[in-house]
Amino acid sequence: MLRIILRRLAATIPVMLVVAVVVFLMLHLSNGDPAAVIAGDNATAEDIAQLRTSLGLDRPLLEQFVQWIWQLAHGDLGASIFNRVPVSTMIAQRVEPTLALTVLTMTIAVLLAIPLGVVSAWRVGTWVDHMIMALAVAAFSCPVFLIGYALVGQFSRTWKLLPVQGYTPLSEGLVPFLLHLALPAVSLGLIYTALLARMTRSTMLEVLGEDYIRTARAKGLGVVPVLLRHGLRNAAVPIVTTIGLGIALLIGGVVVAESVFAIPGIGRLTVEALQQRDYPVIQGVILVSSLVYVLVNLLIDLSYLLLDPRIRY
Amino acid sequence: MSATTSEAHRFRPLVARRSGLLTRHPRITISVLLLGTLAGLAVFAPLITQYDPMTLAVTQRLRPPSAAHWFGTDAYGRDTFSRTIYGGRISMQIGLSVAAVSVAIGVVVGMLGGAIRWLDPIVMRISDGLMSIPGILLAIALMSLTKASVATVIIAITIPEVPRVVRLVRSLVLTIREQTYMQAAVSSGTRLPRLMLRHILPNVVTPLIVQATYICASAVLIEAYLGFLGAGTPPEVPSWGNIIAENRTFVQLASWNIMFPGAFLALMVLGVNMLGDGVRDLLDPRLAGRIGK
Repeated sequence: MLRIILRRLAATIPVMLVVAVVVFLMLHLSNGDPAAVIAGDNATAEDIAQLRTSLGLDRPLLEQFVQWIWQLAHGDLGASIFNRVPVSTMIAQRVEPTLALTVLTMTIAVLLAIPLGVVSAWRVGTWVDHMIMALAVAAFSCPVFLIGYALVGQFSRTWKLLPVQGYTPLSEGLVPFLLHLALPAVSLGLIYTALLARMTRSTMLEVLGEDYIRTARAKGLGVVPVLLRHGLRNAAVPIVTTIGLGIALLIGGVVVAESVFAIPGIGRLTVEALQQRDYPVIQGVILVSSLVYVLVNLLIDLSYLLLDPRIRY
Repeated sequence: MSATTSEAHRFRPLVARRSGLLTRHPRITISVLLLGTLAGLAVFAPLITQYDPMTLAVTQRLRPPSAAHWFGTDAYGRDTFSRTIYGGRISMQIGLSVAAVSVAIGVVVGMLGGAIRWLDPIVMRISDGLMSIPGILLAIALMSLTKASVATVIIAITIPEVPRVVRLVRSLVLTIREQTYMQAAVSSGTRLPRLMLRHILPNVVTPLIVQATYICASAVLIEAYLGFLGAGTPPEVPSWGNIIAENRTFVQLASWNIMFPGAFLALMVLGVNMLGDGVRDLLDPRLAGRIGK
């Protein structure tokens, strides 16, 4: 098992290296002088020159890259151009709200999507199935901000049940924490729920067509145990894969949701960095979120061993 | 008499099949009608509305929807209905361009990767890397480094989409490569370019059409997200994301400025997604699990 994990971890290195090369080359191959673009329209020639030196843009490309990778390998993501604070510190300060929002959203989505998908597959072709799938397509097409503003208008402004925006850390109590995250998590979770429900339904449809399902029903096993133990158990691998791949979608949505609900997380940090053209910060956010994505999907790969004993690596 | 019955017999299935296309595939019918309406509004915008989307009218600020201004007006007195239907032009332009460009690049790279063995691992590692960067973040990074324009937005949205097409095409090529007709073509001395154009390309077209519609839907949505975050087309362009972004501060006072363009955006994405689902089921139901959104 340890060998498998180590081998898999080693396999993520080339992926992360590609991410690093892309992020690095983007700065250098983009139109014109990156220092001038980052410095903005009002910068003087000295500002640009100073920025170029501080970013190391005046040295040969390969030398810059090697040095940058060397720093990355030591956990140094560089410093913000704007306030000179190390990027890793900035990300660490903002990670809690984003983590809370993402975990809550995923929990809600999984708890909602899998039962919906299973019911839809079980009742395939009926109005229940049609309705769930119509809702799923609609939810998949609905922009995060539209749902967000509609929910805020109804729940926060008209009914005054939930806060309009902002974030309270968990340390200040579970109830205010959940109240603040409820609307962002629901608006962000819709797309993810729709994606998962569709995947659950189509995988379950395939599994439910198998002979062993008919056998299980024929020997008198109830509907629920057949659906869960024989059906869902065998449909688990593709569903769990979709949970992992959907995280890329979720991270994108987090940026929008944090903007709508003024949550001071990584997404807000990215947008603030964008407004200030603080490229090292954006670079750091990309590297960290890609690493998270790659590692979560690695965990999911390893979970196949538990979910399906036929799988061997 | 017998001639007429045989005539009728010959033509009836054809007619039935045609009308069946509309009733048997309601998703395609609904989505085509929906997209046709949205496209018509966008293309004929100057004929439909008397208001210019850019003209300021400070005396008409933040008016609620009325007979004169169907979707109300924004903080500068501009007509929101007019801005919304003009905004459809930007979304359509970006959605179609991103779909076309990413499919074009993806087909070439994917086919080369699937056909040339030494190239395959390189292509795959690069796609793996690009796919592990969340698309919106990659687009934000690109936009932070360039001057905003419709073209840069198209490029920024296309780059994260390309690896998805590459992976799809490559997986199809790997299956096609093992078919007997490919062995026959190879053993009769067909060269690689001809193999690709005549034997492989026609077999990847169907899944690609479906994938292209999903890319189009996602591009329209990401364009709006980028505009909303301030990383999209230049602020003076009336794109849906920009309209919503500039009206955020007034959401409590004038929610119509967000809800109407937002609803148009949702309807366009819904229409394209439904069209993709419908076309997928029409062309090949077995594709369902293979193409990811």
